[in-house]
Amino acid sequence: MAQNSMRDIRRRIKSVRNTAQITKAMEMVAAAKLRRVQDAVQQSKPYLSKMQEMLANLSLSARHVKHPLLAVRPVRRIGYLVITADRGLAGPYNAQVVRAAMQEFGKRDKGSYAIYSVGKRGRNFFQRRGLPIAAEVVDLPDTPTYDSVRHLAENIIAAYEREEFDELYFIYNEFINAAVQRPVVHKVLPLASLGENAQGPRRNYLFEPDEESVLAALLPRYAETLVYQAVLDAKASEHAARMNAMGNATDNALELIEKLTLSLNRARQAAITTQIAEIVGGAEALK
Amino acid sequence: MLTVPLEIVTPERIVLSMDVRMVILRGGDGEIGILPRHMPLATAVKPCLVRIRLADDRQDVVPVSGGFVEVLPEKITILADTAELPEEIDVDRALRAKDRAEKQLQAAADEEEAERARQALTRAELRLQAVEEHKRLNGFLHASAPSA
Repeated sequence: MAQNSMRDIRRRIKSVRNTAQITKAMEMVAAAKLRRVQDAVQQSKPYLSKMQEMLANLSLSARHVKHPLLAVRPVRRIGYLVITADRGLAGPYNAQVVRAAMQEFGKRDKGSYAIYSVGKRGRNFFQRRGLPIAAEVVDLPDTPTYDSVRHLAENIIAAYEREEFDELYFIYNEFINAAVQRPVVHKVLPLASLGENAQGPRRNYLFEPDEESVLAALLPRYAETLVYQAVLDAKASEHAARMNAMGNATDNALELIEKLTLSLNRARQAAITTQIAEIVGGAEALK
Repeated sequence: MLTVPLEIVTPERIVLSMDVRMVILRGGDGEIGILPRHMPLATAVKPCLVRIRLADDRQDVVPVSGGFVEVLPEKITILADTAELPEEIDVDRALRAKDRAEKQLQAAADEEEAERARQALTRAELRLQAVEEHKRLNGFLHASAPSA
């Protein structure tokens, strides 16, 4: 009996050790991917800040210009860009976003919103519940390129300009740091305050051919860039969340191994004690 | 010799950052050449080869698939949708992209598809041209040292 339970424990230790090795590897892979995405986030910042600077300058001299992306309309329908991952094993990452999204949807009548979904996890969830998905992107690369989200971004902006919805919200996990990712819901369109975030001096430019057409070309691109930024940020969160989840899994596995080793030793000790007792008993009997 | 810092930025990265003597590109109103101390100007950039001339008269080109340029007397910033250095361009890939775009253009069902194909075609052609020009000019831009 003791022999059997010892064999069982050994088998379990082996299997848990295998699991720990796998989760450890996944943790390190996620860490490497996180570094790469963080790098991409850094690299993409100058473009956005330069654009904000230009928009701030433009909004000074083009205050009278009307553009659909700036117009505040009565809200009949809302568009939501919901960014999830393609895969699980990332701790609360997907659940968090989906929960935040469902809370938002709950405030609205069915039919008064449209979902733009990034990632398989979110898409599958919304599909199962028969929620209205207007467009989706799945299988994004680990470090998303601008090209990989461009189509979706253009789609969203065009739909907004056609007044298919009157406000656009992003719902995704914001990357605070490697340990903390927070689900956020924030309004992106209409672009309310141009250039509030801009740094740098204000200038009076010459616009070629004129303010209106430069602004008309710049605004959609700016909105698309915001989509790209959100996707990058969410991707950083995803890798960080997966890294943490796998780190915890590894820790748990190691703890489990320790406990199992302890009970293995105890079982072995018990078996030895029994054997000694049997030998002693036998020797006693011979006297 | 007067120079001005030039930066070419895409949503993904800073492609190039260096001091130049002149930049030529296709703006919203046609070709413009920009020299140091130009007055502040903002305009769209059409898909084109951005020509760069250095203080020592060396030249090179960077293919840009559209975007914007902000010109200040002391700095030029090109916000490009996509841009790459000539040496980074994969000629085979560009050729394949060109092929694909041509086919898509022929098969296009509506105007939107056709427009998309045309844009892809332009991008591929610009890349190929950039490689040619880079060779012809014996250009100074190298993938290994993108910024000076």
